[in-house]
Amino acid sequence: MARLDVTDAVARAEGYPHTVLSYVGPDGYPVNVALDFTTSGGSVVEVGPLDPHWRPEQRQDVELTFSHIHPQPGFGYDERRYVNLWGPAEAVGDHLRVTVRRASGWDEADTPFFEYAERGVPGGRTYLEELDARPRLSRAWTFFLATRLPFLTATLVPVGIGGVVAARDGVFHGVWFALALVAAISVHLGLNMANDLFDDASGADAANVTPTPFSGGSRVMQYGLVTRRAMVAGCVAFYVLAVGLGLFLAAERGWGLIAIGAAGVALSLAYSAPPLRLVTRGLGEPVTSLGFGPVMAVGTYYACSGRWSWHAVLASLPVALLIALVLYVNQVPDRAGDEAVGKRTLIVRWTPALVQKGYVGTVLAAFACIVAEAATGVTPWWTLIALAAAPFALRTIRGLRDHYDEPYALIPAMQANIALHLVTGLLFIAGYVIAVLG
Amino acid sequence: MCTVRVGGERRGSVAFRLCELHRGAVAEGRSKARASVEGRRAPCTVPPVTDADADLILPPAVRALLDVALVGELTVVDGHGRPVTYPLIPLSDGNLVYLTSSVLFSRKLRHIKANPKVCLSLSDPVAVPADPFHRVTIQGEARVVEDDLHAGWERLLPLWRAKEPSIDFFLKRRFGIPLFFERSVIELTARRILWWEDGRTSEEPRVFELTGAH
Repeated sequence: MARLDVTDAVARAEGYPHTVLSYVGPDGYPVNVALDFTTSGGSVVEVGPLDPHWRPEQRQDVELTFSHIHPQPGFGYDERRYVNLWGPAEAVGDHLRVTVRRASGWDEADTPFFEYAERGVPGGRTYLEELDARPRLSRAWTFFLATRLPFLTATLVPVGIGGVVAARDGVFHGVWFALALVAAISVHLGLNMANDLFDDASGADAANVTPTPFSGGSRVMQYGLVTRRAMVAGCVAFYVLAVGLGLFLAAERGWGLIAIGAAGVALSLAYSAPPLRLVTRGLGEPVTSLGFGPVMAVGTYYACSGRWSWHAVLASLPVALLIALVLYVNQVPDRAGDEAVGKRTLIVRWTPALVQKGYVGTVLAAFACIVAEAATGVTPWWTLIALAAAPFALRTIRGLRDHYDEPYALIPAMQANIALHLVTGLLFIAGYVIAVLG
Repeated sequence: MCTVRVGGERRGSVAFRLCELHRGAVAEGRSKARASVEGRRAPCTVPPVTDADADLILPPAVRALLDVALVGELTVVDGHGRPVTYPLIPLSDGNLVYLTSSVLFSRKLRHIKANPKVCLSLSDPVAVPADPFHRVTIQGEARVVEDDLHAGWERLLPLWRAKEPSIDFFLKRRFGIPLFFERSVIELTARRILWWEDGRTSEEPRVFELTGAH
């Protein structure tokens, strides 16, 4: 329950059909009696009629509770809200007049349940620590959350593009491709954990009380599921694996891979690590574009072929733009928390109207890229089937327009935006595969 | 569980939205809800209270109300001796009244540990769809059970599920809100029942000192 202004709370109470009077009886047990009520004077509530044997002492502190739910048979209930008022009570005939001194309450229409629960996390952690208890989750789920595994689609798509460009050039190699994929996945998972560590250190994740499945970080440290030390160990392990694989691939396929791999690791760290912390400077999107676009695609191509490819760079541009948009849209619900800790992303810097224009412009640029590359012969004509993913962009645009300030209502738009990147990328890859097989 | 405005009109809960996101279960949930609405949950039949009920742990009439109550008002006493009330789902096996509380909302648990004297009222005819409707306040001692915060409360799931079927949806996704499902159980042993026939609280309640509880 959150503290409410008394006048506001009494005004809210007027909408309820009855109240529950609570007071502590002479034997120490609380007494609850449901009663009718009227309000007057902004901070005065009169309740009754009340049986004279069951009333508090004169001037005794009492509580009035107003509670509402809407039953949903087969589901439970929703529309939960309640108001608590406290103050001294005086008998007036068979009624009580309560002068409200304090108030609190919750209305899930104002504060959605998930935000309400999130606001309780610090208190919950303290309570658990007092009991010497820790929240439990299976290792598999903890790993799934801590690494933010589902976001690997951001890696699979550009690596896949590097592979199919290599296949079209007749230089695809399954083993080298697989090793490049594992290295790219390792960097990505290390990056996810590093990002959580730095957002935890800066307070950005703690300040965010409206996390969603697609934003607000993994929260495994905020919830006490993983210690900071374990998170650091996991992060380092993934980077060590990535660097080790990169060095092996460079030794086997060509030292040019060192430059590409170093660029990838550097970008992933510079994104959130000091001193650069590029995401706080509004440069998160271009960094993400580079890392999850050309760097991964060319790195994969190089691992397969042992040489550089401008075709791989160009072919990765559409998905590079779209992955930047995934970050861009997912930062919309985070913006209050980000701003509070000085993480000045583009979303924090720009007005909602500009953010939406930026989204539309970037989507158009990505699709224009697909058309231009096919028209100029850089990519196969079949890659035009990727344009079929356009409806996902429309859903995202509508979501941004209608629910910009509603983190939970924005979830379908964020999901559609992730689907836009994934489906566009997979169709683009499919276009290459058809061209190669044809 | 919670509602949001979507497209300018109330289209359902966040739970429904998450269903839609994860498994397209929104349609399933709504069809279940529709089926139940069409059938309408039959109101319970509350037996009359008698003086013989004082020998029981919980009189049948009170149990009947508890069985259908979606929300009751649990009042505890804070460190200043003042009442603090929390709307919660009351559950009962016929002997004790159970409520659960996530560690996220632990203040009530601290109050109960410091002062176990509590009361629980069933007062809202919307949240207590009983026919005929009566109002009741159960006074007694509460005990906080938290030997196993992670799974100990799950023994109450059948009772909880009967009132809030959507809990299974959330429980399957406990990884998303793990602290919400670290829960203490509040066990309330009834000592005294205040009973207002037909909900008329302007009249003196019938009072039952429950000897069976001792």
